[in-house]
Amino acid sequence: MVAHAEHIPHRSGLAAFLSRWLLTTNHKEIGSLYLWFAFLMFFIGGALAMGIRLELFIPGIQLIAPGFYNQLVTMHGLIMVFGAVMPAFVGLANWQIPLMIGAPDMALPRLNNFSFWILPFAFSILLSSFFMEGGAPNFGWTFYAPLSTTYGPDSTDFFVFGVHLMGISSVLGAINIMVTIFNLRTPGMTLMQMPLFVWTWLITAFLLITAIPVLAGAVTMVLTDRHFGTSFFSADGGGDPVLFQHIFWFFGHPEVYIMILPGFGIASQIIPTFARKKLFGYNSMVYATVSIAFLSYVVWGHHMFATGMPLAAELFFMFCTMLIAVPTGVKVFNWVATMWRGSMTFETPMLFAIAFVILFTIGGFSGLMLAMVPADFQYHDTYFVVAHFHYVLYPGAIFGTMAAVYYWLPKWSGHMVDEWWGKLHFWTAITFVNLTFFPMHFSGLAGMPRRIVDYSHQFQDFNLISSFGAMGLGLTQVLFLFIVIKTIRGGEPATDKVWESAEGLEWTIPSPAPLHTFETPPPWPISETEAHEGAA
Amino acid sequence: MISSTSRHARGLCTLLLLIVPQVVFAVELDMREGVTAMSQDIHWLHTVMLWVCIVIGIIVFGAMGYTIVAHRRSKHPEPANFHEHLGVEIVWTLIPVLILAVLAYPAAKMLSEIEDNSDAALTVLITGSQWKWHYQYLEHDIGFYSNLSTPREQINSCGGWLLADTFCELPDGDSAAGKAERDANEHYLLEVDNPLVLPSNRKVRFLTASNDVIHSWWVPDFAVKQDAIPGFINEAWTNVPKTGTYRGQCTELCGKDHAFMPVVVEVRTEDEFDQWIEDQRIAKELASGQAVADREKTWTLAELKSIGEGVYLANCATCHQPNGAGQGTTYPALDGGEIAIGPMAAHIDRVMNGKAGTEMQSWAPQLSDRDIAAVITYERNAWSNQPDDNIVQPLTIFEYR
Repeated sequence: MVAHAEHIPHRSGLAAFLSRWLLTTNHKEIGSLYLWFAFLMFFIGGALAMGIRLELFIPGIQLIAPGFYNQLVTMHGLIMVFGAVMPAFVGLANWQIPLMIGAPDMALPRLNNFSFWILPFAFSILLSSFFMEGGAPNFGWTFYAPLSTTYGPDSTDFFVFGVHLMGISSVLGAINIMVTIFNLRTPGMTLMQMPLFVWTWLITAFLLITAIPVLAGAVTMVLTDRHFGTSFFSADGGGDPVLFQHIFWFFGHPEVYIMILPGFGIASQIIPTFARKKLFGYNSMVYATVSIAFLSYVVWGHHMFATGMPLAAELFFMFCTMLIAVPTGVKVFNWVATMWRGSMTFETPMLFAIAFVILFTIGGFSGLMLAMVPADFQYHDTYFVVAHFHYVLYPGAIFGTMAAVYYWLPKWSGHMVDEWWGKLHFWTAITFVNLTFFPMHFSGLAGMPRRIVDYSHQFQDFNLISSFGAMGLGLTQVLFLFIVIKTIRGGEPATDKVWESAEGLEWTIPSPAPLHTFETPPPWPISETEAHEGAA
Repeated sequence: MISSTSRHARGLCTLLLLIVPQVVFAVELDMREGVTAMSQDIHWLHTVMLWVCIVIGIIVFGAMGYTIVAHRRSKHPEPANFHEHLGVEIVWTLIPVLILAVLAYPAAKMLSEIEDNSDAALTVLITGSQWKWHYQYLEHDIGFYSNLSTPREQINSCGGWLLADTFCELPDGDSAAGKAERDANEHYLLEVDNPLVLPSNRKVRFLTASNDVIHSWWVPDFAVKQDAIPGFINEAWTNVPKTGTYRGQCTELCGKDHAFMPVVVEVRTEDEFDQWIEDQRIAKELASGQAVADREKTWTLAELKSIGEGVYLANCATCHQPNGAGQGTTYPALDGGEIAIGPMAAHIDRVMNGKAGTEMQSWAPQLSDRDIAAVITYERNAWSNQPDDNIVQPLTIFEYR
């Protein structure tokens, strides 16, 4: 993130700034763009969530009219999924994958530039729908037909276009990552020697290029149903609204793993570093991730148990979904075994990684409960589900990203993170994340449906707690922004190795990482002496 | 409360008042057990699952907690060197498989019972539409709509807690009174004008369908949740052993007023139910006699307007607003609106048939001739509307049908 004037054509002021950031093909600069973009979207999506939680503080409609509430719910989901979590992971991949496999850059640098710069356009289009007549999309991020087809607002067409754009961005990004990993590993590094973060991203890239086109198909069918006389999702013309759900969730379930697998990789990098012990069961970690990815394609039906599915299909999806618990369990056990008899210290990245493991596991437990079809009839579409997926997404995907930022920011910026501030952020975030989302289990079990703007008195206490928690959680993330900026601007200089027992190629280059690294492939495996020099 | 109470004690009392409500709900932490055999079986399955998760959680998080305490660098400076163990890995792959297999069996068995819709004594067709339920007793040729009965004043009032009243630019007047009524209303948002009435101890089959978007009919105490999908019919069933009133809600996002689509079921004894069916049949005959009388009569403007206002507030105001101002282009203003001051025929057509692809639905099957005539007459005379042909008689509506 330090300016490298020698590489930039000699221009001044705005022109120089624009040509640097608009035209850059450097993986580190593009990585930073992705991360800052995701950060911005995280705050916009968060602001929408604040609106939701403000309205839900007490029964009655105080602030937000029901129609606008549905727009907030929809846009919060879309922006967080496609604007915050996914670009943040792609940003981390851009920065770290070349550094971790000893590549000079991504394999397709211009494509990399293109796939980033699609995103601001996609989200400008999506966000502009708030200002259109009829308002923003209001059918939930799942855009079930016929609410989004026959009954969708005019802005639905902009939503379709926006989703297409972000889909193109994701697929191009995924192709780039796959090509980079397959072709640019430093000579000698086999696939089974790659760092786990690279492995999980490779698998995620496969999920992306197979799942995103299905989403593109779904939005295209919505578009043609709306304007070109088709009836894919309308029984009037021989179609079926449930077909939409099958297509959407055939994309949607792999998408769930797209948003968590890189987090698994991050935890698998950080925990060994601070336990000062090699990752336990490297091979089984890889195999578990691959099996999760395969299973993610045969469980989509568990989102649809209440649609009147035949018994045989319910049983199939229930058994397959339960099976996912096995490889996921293996991963959790391996992380615990990595910590076991290590010699641990608890710097901020380690704290976030441990919180990731614990809270993600809690989200996994409620996922297992949701898999049981009879019980699902009671949980389905209640706040129990909201609690479940926020536990895997917030302390899962987002804490995972934060752990990664705390872990690698010294390498990127050349400055250590101030541990006092980092720990303050951690402890406030973990308090408020639980205060926000844990009570949602209870309101769901008590019978509160999701996506409602107003609720009866029996749900009041839990909603009050959740809303207080959410306000605190929102403020906490302003603290995170402050810490990131503070670290970029200054702080204790980071050593090349940054963390005492960090392992991997990224720690053999200087801190801050120069704009161009590994122009000649580094030797592999890293020699013992070199690793020790880095520590000194 | 006592005159000598110091400021600190009063502060403490306030704090207690804030905390106590949150302690009292302790009984509400778990899934509702419900009243049917099915809901209680499901509650059992839920409890088993919960305990399996809690035990696994205690073991895994316990191990983590132990290692965090015991294997920190200050206590355990030299890390061990192991990083794989085939035996252990096989064991902790197989044990979850076994646990899951044991859990899958009762779940599968329960599921096959839930899906057995045979031998029902009564069939109710439940049709969802934005935002109400239509119940039809197929064996008895009886049907009625079930609408939220909580007054709008209670929903749209802020009453100044936490957020200033200035945020509340709502058309319904006295917000403090509305809030007091809301707080006093035990069944706020979970009450309807016409509940579904069912007999106890009889197997009742539900068929669910929809007129517009997907809805989902849910009564937690029966553990029945079934999507209502336009163009398709789904099945579910229940058998309620206990009389009483049971409440639920629509659980699939269905548009603007998704939160305001409650389900209320009154379960009566078999005798009372049979009597109720008989009463409904008589009431239906009386109503059709009344409908004949209504259309033979020539109504005055004042009569129709006063009936029409009630019909308007109950059915139309949620979108078009009580003052006829509408909400943006999605819900057009009726005050000075194209339809409301335009030709009468177009107005009747819009109310009777609705507008395809919008939330403006066909009211012909939902309202009587008199009510439709009244609401049209009201709309053409309310607010600033003063078109030339400002009154329509129930007979005209009858002939239109």
